[in-house]
Amino acid sequence: MDEIIKAIEAPLNPNVPTDLRIGDNISVFLRIKEGSNERVQEFKGILIRMGNAGINRNFTVRRVASNGIGVERTFMLRSPRIERVQVHRHSHVRRSKLYFLRDRTGKSARLKQKFN
Amino acid sequence: MLKGLLGKKIGMTQIFDDSGTAIPVTIIEAGPCYVTQIRQATTDGYAAVQLGFGEVKPKRLTSGQLGHLKRNDLAPLRYLREFRTKNADLAEGDQLTVGVFEVGDHVDITGTSKGRGFAGVVKRHGFAGGPKTHGQSDRQRATGSIGATSGTARVFKGKRMPGHMGNRRVTSQNLKIVLVDAERNLIGVRGAVPGSKGGLLVIKEARKQ
Repeated sequence: MDEIIKAIEAPLNPNVPTDLRIGDNISVFLRIKEGSNERVQEFKGILIRMGNAGINRNFTVRRVASNGIGVERTFMLRSPRIERVQVHRHSHVRRSKLYFLRDRTGKSARLKQKFN
Repeated sequence: MLKGLLGKKIGMTQIFDDSGTAIPVTIIEAGPCYVTQIRQATTDGYAAVQLGFGEVKPKRLTSGQLGHLKRNDLAPLRYLREFRTKNADLAEGDQLTVGVFEVGDHVDITGTSKGRGFAGVVKRHGFAGGPKTHGQSDRQRATGSIGATSGTARVFKGKRMPGHMGNRRVTSQNLKIVLVDAERNLIGVRGAVPGSKGGLLVIKEARKQ
């Protein structure tokens, strides 16, 4: 019966790279519908969390908006609304959930860049 | 045409609709069903269509059941259920598939709910139970008072108490069909459906819309 369900579920979104790493600086380009016209919105920030709940795989991007207010947005990996995801840089991190970034601002909220 | 099918619950997942919103769906393997008998008001006292579903080995059925199906040269079927309808426009031996439903239709789905055994009032009726603290003992999931003393001097009929829960016929009404897969005989409805995976479901056109 599991095979039947797998056949129905949406396949992995080809627009989302499979090698996203925690701490990556990424831009998520999201299709937004406003009335009748559609536009693409960019959400740029640090990938702080990946959730793996079967079909409902998701990831959270954190960005610091104006006035130092942190904004976090969780996207569904298979969502057809995601047009593409661009990776800007990798970071050296030692844990899989970067929740400690929420308590930090300014210089201490930076991550060390990893080149490869 | 009769808008009804028998099916087997496969399980739940989520799919995306046209606007990209994730919606919860229950996948049901529905049909192919066969018309095993037409009940007529003149001979049976009521009008109905009997559908059969779920092919099994011949040895799983009694010879009486096999003979009933043999009348229309049908394969051995595990489940037989009747659908009350006056103008079915079907003949015995006809096949019904998921094609009777379309995406956007609303259906009522009947199944047997999961058995919970002998359940207390907190699980069975949603009672709040008693306080956790302030010197309480043995009160956390207790029923509380079940009535007054000398005024009524009895417990009213229908008073909600512990007892057997689940394993009962339950109907979920007005479920929207969001997916029809004719190739695999599958339909998907928005939301949950009674019963465990693999359980028999009776799918009918929604009565209230």
